[in-house]
Amino acid sequence: MLERYRREISVAGAILALAVVLAFVAPGFFTLQNQTDLLLTNMPVLIVALGMTLVILAGQIDISVGSVFAICGVAAGVLAKMGLPTPIAGLAACAIGAAFGALNGALVAYVRIPSIVVTLAMMVALRDGLRWTTQGAWIQNLPPDFQWFGLSQSASQSATFFCAVLLLFGFAWGLRNLAAGRAVYATGSNADAARLSGIHPNLVTCAVFIVTGTLTGFAAMLNSVRFNQIPSNAGLGLELKVIAAVVVGGTAITGGKGTILGTLLGMILLGMIGPALTFLGVSAYWERAIQGVIILAAVAVDALRARSGRYAGSPAPAGA
Amino acid sequence: MPPTPLLQATSITKSYAGLKALSNVSLELRAGEVHALIGENGAGKSTLIKIITGAVTADSGTLAVGGQAVAHNSPDISRALGIAAIYQQPSLFPHLTIAENIALAVESGSAWRRLDWTARARLAAGLLARAGASLDPGKLVGSLSMPEQQIVEIAKALGAEAKILIMDEPTASLSDREVESLFGVVALLRSQGVGIIYISHRLEEISAIADRVTVLRDGHTIATRDMQGVDRAELIRLMVGRELSAVFPKRQVPIGETVLRAVGLGSRAAGVHDITLEVRRGEILGLAGLVGSGRTQLAETIFGLTPADSGTMEVGESGALRIESPAAAIRHGIGYVPEDRRQHGIVLEMPIAANVSLANLASVSRAGLISETRECALAERYIGQLRVKTQSAHAEAGSLSGGNQQKVALARWLAIKPTVLILDEPTQGVDVGSKAEIHKLMCDLAEAGLAIIMISSELPEILGMSDRIAVMHAGTIAGFLSRAEATQHKILSLALGHEASPDMGQV
Repeated sequence: MLERYRREISVAGAILALAVVLAFVAPGFFTLQNQTDLLLTNMPVLIVALGMTLVILAGQIDISVGSVFAICGVAAGVLAKMGLPTPIAGLAACAIGAAFGALNGALVAYVRIPSIVVTLAMMVALRDGLRWTTQGAWIQNLPPDFQWFGLSQSASQSATFFCAVLLLFGFAWGLRNLAAGRAVYATGSNADAARLSGIHPNLVTCAVFIVTGTLTGFAAMLNSVRFNQIPSNAGLGLELKVIAAVVVGGTAITGGKGTILGTLLGMILLGMIGPALTFLGVSAYWERAIQGVIILAAVAVDALRARSGRYAGSPAPAGA
Repeated sequence: MPPTPLLQATSITKSYAGLKALSNVSLELRAGEVHALIGENGAGKSTLIKIITGAVTADSGTLAVGGQAVAHNSPDISRALGIAAIYQQPSLFPHLTIAENIALAVESGSAWRRLDWTARARLAAGLLARAGASLDPGKLVGSLSMPEQQIVEIAKALGAEAKILIMDEPTASLSDREVESLFGVVALLRSQGVGIIYISHRLEEISAIADRVTVLRDGHTIATRDMQGVDRAELIRLMVGRELSAVFPKRQVPIGETVLRAVGLGSRAAGVHDITLEVRRGEILGLAGLVGSGRTQLAETIFGLTPADSGTMEVGESGALRIESPAAAIRHGIGYVPEDRRQHGIVLEMPIAANVSLANLASVSRAGLISETRECALAERYIGQLRVKTQSAHAEAGSLSGGNQQKVALARWLAIKPTVLILDEPTQGVDVGSKAEIHKLMCDLAEAGLAIIMISSELPEILGMSDRIAVMHAGTIAGFLSRAEATQHKILSLALGHEASPDMGQV
C-alpha cells in the first residue's frame, strides 16, 4: 500500500515540511485571507490539471490549454455582453473548449500527428489569432450580473470551490472505478495491448483532449467572473503550471502511471512556493527557478526508479 | 590441387547460455559459386552468418578468408576482408539518395573532408550498372521498390569490394518477377567471381540458382552436396530427419461441436486469402508454416485486428458474421495471446490484477463500477491456477519475470471465458519447465471444452500437441493433416509449397 503511493507520500511530506517552516518563520501565511486568495487563484489551474492528468496518462500532452483558456474567457465575456445569460455564456465557453479539444484529439488520434506538434501549433495559432482579433484590448463593460455570476462574492467563491472539489473527487473516483478510467491507463501504458484487449485507443486519445478542452473552458469561466474585465492575454504560461503540477504529482510523462491525488498534491506544493517566498522575504524572482528545480528533481526520481524497478532479467526499453 | 576456397569455416561451435546453437559446423565457399544454406527455423543458419560477419564470436572453430585465418573477427574486420551481407529487410537510409547510401558504405576518411558529389554520383552509377540496374543515383531510397532497394544493397556490397556476399532470404518480400530480376543479378555477380552464400526457405529457388547446398539441422552440418543430382525430396529429408526430442503431455479428450468456422476468409491488408478452416470444442488445431507464411496474419484477421475483406466467419451458432475489431472478437468469445507478449500482451505499468481484468472489466464490475475486491479475487484465482510467482495481485506486471508475465497475459484471456483461444508461439523464449507447464495447461483447457488454435514454428510442438494440423504457405492453408498422418516431413513439404505425396511419408 505504501509502496503504491510512494510519490504522493513524499510530495505530501514536502508540503508538510514547507508548512512547518512557514508556521515558525511566517505565521502570516496561514491567515484565512491569504489561504482563500491562494485557493481561488489556483482553482482554475487545478481544474485544467485534472484534464491534463488524463492527457498525460494517455501518453499525450496538451500545451494549448493556456491559449484555449484565453479564448474561452474572452468568448464568454463577449457573449455575455451580447446579452446572453451568464450560465449560457459559461456553457458556451465549455463548448468552445471542447471543440478545440476535439480538433486536437482528432489530429493526434486519427491524423497521427504527435500531440506536442499539434498542440504547439494550436497554442501559437490561437494565441495570436486572439491577439489579432481583440487587438490586445480587454473585454470591459461586462453586464453587472456577469461578475460573480450575479451572486455575492462569497457565495460565488463558495460555489467555485464546491465545483472544483466535486470535479476533483469525480475524476479521482472515475479514474479508479470506471472502465473508461482503466482504458486511459491502458492506452498510455501500452496502446497495442489495449487494442488487443478490446479498447479503442484512438477514441480514448480523442476523448482525453475533449475532456481537457471542456475543463479548460469551465476554468476560464470561473476565472473570468472574478474580475470586472477579461484580459485577452489570460492563461499565459498556464500550460507550464499545469504540466508541472501533474509531473511533480508523480504522473509519468511517458503515460500509463499516475493519480489525481498526486496532481492535487503537486498543485499544492507548486502553488505554495511563490507566496511562501514572499512571506520568507525572498525575492519572488526565485519562484520559477525553485519550481524548475522541483520539477527536475521529480522527473529525475522517476527516471532513476524506472531504471531500478524493472525485473532484472529483461533489459529496460531503450529511452525509458 | 583445387583452388583455395574464398571462405572456409571449420568446426564452428557456439553456445548461448548453455544451449548449443552450432556444433562443429563447417562451410566452404568457392569463388564464383552460389552456395545455398538451408535448414529449418532454429537450425543455426543465422548464428553461422553472424559468426561469418563478425557480429558474434564463435566459441571454437576457425574461419579463413582466401586461405588466411581470421583470428579475431568483428563487423569491421569482416567488411575489410570483403564480406558483405544482405538481409530480408534492406538496411538503408530512406531519406538519403542512392548515391549517399552507397557512399556511406564505401567512403572513408576524416569527418571534415570535402565531399565530392560528382564523384559520388559517378561511383554510384557505376556500381548500379555492375549490379545490372539503371537507377538514378540521385533518387531517394525511400521512393524505391523493395527489389530496387535490394539492388542498392548489392551495389553497396560491390562498392565495398565484397568478394563474399551473404544473402539472407532476399526474396521473402519480392514478387515472382522481381525474384527473376534478382536472379539475373546473382548470375552476373557469380560470373564476376563473387562467392555467394544464399539462404532461402524456397527450395525451388535453390534448385534454380545454387551450385552447391549445405544443410544444417539442430546446429549440425548434415551434408554439403552438389545441386546437380539432388532432388527436393532429398533436401527435405536432410532438413528434418529428427526424432521427437520432447515428450508432450497431450491427452485425447472428446472433440465436440464446431465453435469457429471460417469459409474463404481473406484480408488483403494482412496478406491472407481463401482460408477455410474450423475448430471444435476440445480440439487443439496446430497452425504450422514457415516464418512469413501468414500464420500470425491469419490470427490477426480472425481476431479483427486486420478485419477480413472477403469470406465469412461463424462463431458457435452465430451465423455468418464479420469481426471488425478486437472488441467484437472478445464479445464473441475469441481470445488471442500474441507472439510478442512484452510488446503487445501486457501492460507493464499496471498491477497484475488490472492486467488480468483488462479485456473483461464487465465481469469484475457492478453497475459499471469496477469492484477492486472482485478484481483482486479474479486475479488471485489465476495466480493460483497458473502458478504465477508474485507476492501480491497488486504488484506491477513489469516487476515479474518473463515467464510470469506470459502467464499474466494468458490469464487475461482466460478471464474472458473464451470459447476459442488463439495462442501465437505460446512457448517461444520460455524455459523448459514453464514450457511443460504451458503444454499441460493447454491440455487442461481443451479438456474443459475450449477450442485452441496454436501457432508454432517448432515442429515437434506442433506434432506433439495438435489434434489436427493446418499448414500455411504463401498466405493460405496449403493442407490439413490429422494427428495420425502428420509427420515433420509432410508438414515441411506442405509448408514449402509442395503437395504431401505418399512416398515422402517414410523418413
